[in-house]
Parts: sequence; structure tokens; C-alpha cells
Amino acid sequence: MEKGVALSDWASGEYFSKSRMARTFKDSDVVPFEKFPYNGYDILDPEVDLDSWTLTVEGRVRNPGELGLARIQTLPKIVQNTRHVCVEGWDAIGNFGGARVSDFLKFIGADTTARFVEVECADDYYESLDMASMLQPQSLMCYEMYGKPLDRGHGAPLRLQMPTKLGYKQAKYLTTFRVTNVLKSDRKGYWEDQGYSWHGGL
Amino acid sequence: MAAKSALDLKTVSILSEHRTDIAAYEHPWVVRMAHWANAASLFVMVTTGLRIYKAFPSFGAKIPQHDFINIPKWLTLGGWLGGALQWHFTFAWIFVITGLTYVIYQIVSGNYRQVLFTLRDVPGVWPMARHYFFFGKKPEVTEPYNPLQKLAYTSSIFFGILATLTGFVLYKPAQLWWLAYPMGGYHLARVWHFLAMCGFLSFIPGHLIMVALHGWNNFYSMLVGWKKDPEYL
Repeated sequence: MEKGVALSDWASGEYFSKSRMARTFKDSDVVPFEKFPYNGYDILDPEVDLDSWTLTVEGRVRNPGELGLARIQTLPKIVQNTRHVCVEGWDAIGNFGGARVSDFLKFIGADTTARFVEVECADDYYESLDMASMLQPQSLMCYEMYGKPLDRGHGAPLRLQMPTKLGYKQAKYLTTFRVTNVLKSDRKGYWEDQGYSWHGGL
Repeated sequence: MAAKSALDLKTVSILSEHRTDIAAYEHPWVVRMAHWANAASLFVMVTTGLRIYKAFPSFGAKIPQHDFINIPKWLTLGGWLGGALQWHFTFAWIFVITGLTYVIYQIVSGNYRQVLFTLRDVPGVWPMARHYFFFGKKPEVTEPYNPLQKLAYTSSIFFGILATLTGFVLYKPAQLWWLAYPMGGYHLARVWHFLAMCGFLSFIPGHLIMVALHGWNNFYSMLVGWKKDPEYL
């Protein structure tokens, strides 16, 4: 069955175009903040020390090192109303703010011909994503929801927010951001290693 | 005995010692392959689909969540959501390729004329339904497929198309959001996908009962293609 999913993932990757935009919505279509579900794989608050938090940037980048949130917030801020889709079958239209991943990749001098980005999280969650989806202009290094700093349940201080990916791909509580050409076959993502689709594209 | 049917069916007469046997070549191999591949894939799509649905047995919002139905685990396949999704996205290929092969074959071969429900079949639906469900007189059999059969087979093609298109919308709502419009949006696409399954489920019991009632000759023809002594000849 993994082969069947691999075929579907391959087709998904081939069909994906980073210039094709996911639908954006009017403010009136956005669900109230209280109706935007909290969903985590084990804990909703890994107790990140927000004052001393930094993002470790490594791999195929010109400027590796530790980045504070303020540095990421110097990049142009994008605010968008997009649909968040969970693999379980529910969805919610939310309001998200942050920097484009593509701008962030430029900022850290990433080799965007590399194939993957790996991220690690404060709650020991981990993910890996294809570069094409990261470069899609609606993919955000998200630090705001509904005009307020990301709260602890939604991934404070920084998460991925990508309307072209299922929720489990949009890792929360980011601590490490790595640009790479190689994925370890047994460490592609917390859920992927148990059988979810790796592409997870919408 | 001459074939009464004007249809283009291959028939043979075998003169045995005591009587003449007639057989008709009803199901070309493409149709038989498609039938059994579809039976297998439909079984997997429905049972894994129910397991996927169990992860959020609801339509509409997550908060507040109003569960629609609690599907018993023994009706499902895949074990857990991830396993069911793997089966679902593997057999989806078989389901779609089988469906396309069948439809293209029926069009190219012209055989669709035997089985496609058209306006001219409408008057025959009620007499046939009266016969099946209310013990009415059996209408005269002049064609391989009666109007009620045609209606069932043709609607199953419609359910297949509906299941496929709504499935694509649920799988790729960001890439194919425009396809959700005629379905009334993403949430309704999930409802239509579920209803397409209900359509198939309404077809299967009747289909199996009729196969059981018509006996071995009828079933055998879907295995080897030939049917002995078809009643329409």
C-alpha cells in the first residue's frame, strides 16, 4: 500500500505548481478565533521560553546560525485568510500572518535548488517538505493569528502555515530549519513515519 | 432457433444428441475484467472510506462537532486513519482506471446501446419494478437488459463519476478549488462523496439478490463470457 501512496504522492508533486494559488477568503468567511481548533499530536504547550527562543538555521544555507523572532519579523509581513484542512476531514478558515517562506529562504541565503526543508519542533515533532511547496508564495513562517501573536496552543512563537498542505505538514513550535538534499528514510515526519502521505499536498 | 434480438451478440448453436443448446457471448473480456476489478476496488473504497470517515464522523464545522453516524469498526478496513488512507489512495487508481477502461470500451464497441438507460426505457421501468417488488406479471423479455437493469447500471456510472470528481476535490481542495463550486463548496463535496457511496450501496444488495435468483448460468457468464440458454433468444 505504501507504493500506491508513493504513486499518489509522485502525481501530487508533478501536478503541483508553485504559481497556482490556494483560494483566499473574505474576512466574513473566517471562523471566530474560538472556533479554530487546537490540534496537537501529544501536548498543546511544550512550554517554549518565548524570551530566549531562537530558530536554528542550518544545512545548505549561506547564513547558518540562530535567529530571533524579531529578525524574521523584519521580512515583509503577509496576512491571509486561508482554509486549514486536517487529514481527519475537518477544516477551518482562519486568519494568519507571517513572512513568506520564500523571502525567509532568500534571507538565510538558502540553496533553493535543494530538494527539501526539514524542521524540528519544541514538542519533538518533526517534518520534511518539498522545496516547491515551500517556495509557493502563500507558504508562511507564521507568527500571528487573527492579528495577535501566535498563542501557545497554535504553535508559539513560530509555525509553518501553508494552505497547500494538510495540517500535519504545518509544523508548530519550530526550533530548527534545515535545507537539505537528503531525507532519512525513517525520519520523514512524525506521522509520515507511521504511514501518512509524505507529500500531504492539497 | 433464430435469435429474436436485433442486437449484435455473438451466438452459437450446439447440436447435441437430444436438443439444440444456444449460448450467447454476453460479456467480452474487457467487461469481465472491469467488473471484477471494480468489485474488488469498490469493496476496498467503501470499507476504507468508512474508516476515514470515522476520524471525523461529521459534516460541517469541527467546533462545535455534531457527529452524524457512528460506524462500527468491523465494517471498516485499514485499521487506523493512516492505513485506511493508504488503501484508499491505492485502490482509487484501480477504481478510476477500471471505470475509464469500461466506459471507453463501451463507447468504442457500441455495446453501450444494450445497457445505457435512455428516454425510450422510461415506460418499461414501472412494469418491471411491479414484477420484481409487487409480484406483478413479468413483462416480455426482448432485450439482454431490462429497463430497470439499465437504470441501475447507468446510475452506477453516474455514481462512479460523482465519487471520482468529489474525491478529487477532497484530495486537492487547494489545487482544484474551482471544481468545488458546482458541488456547492468544499463541505458539500464531502456530503456528495458520501452520497455517491450510498448510491453504490443501494445498488449492491439488489444486484447480488438478482444474481442469486438467476442462478449459475448467469453468474458463470460474468466469469467466462458465454451464457447458456439466455431467455431473450
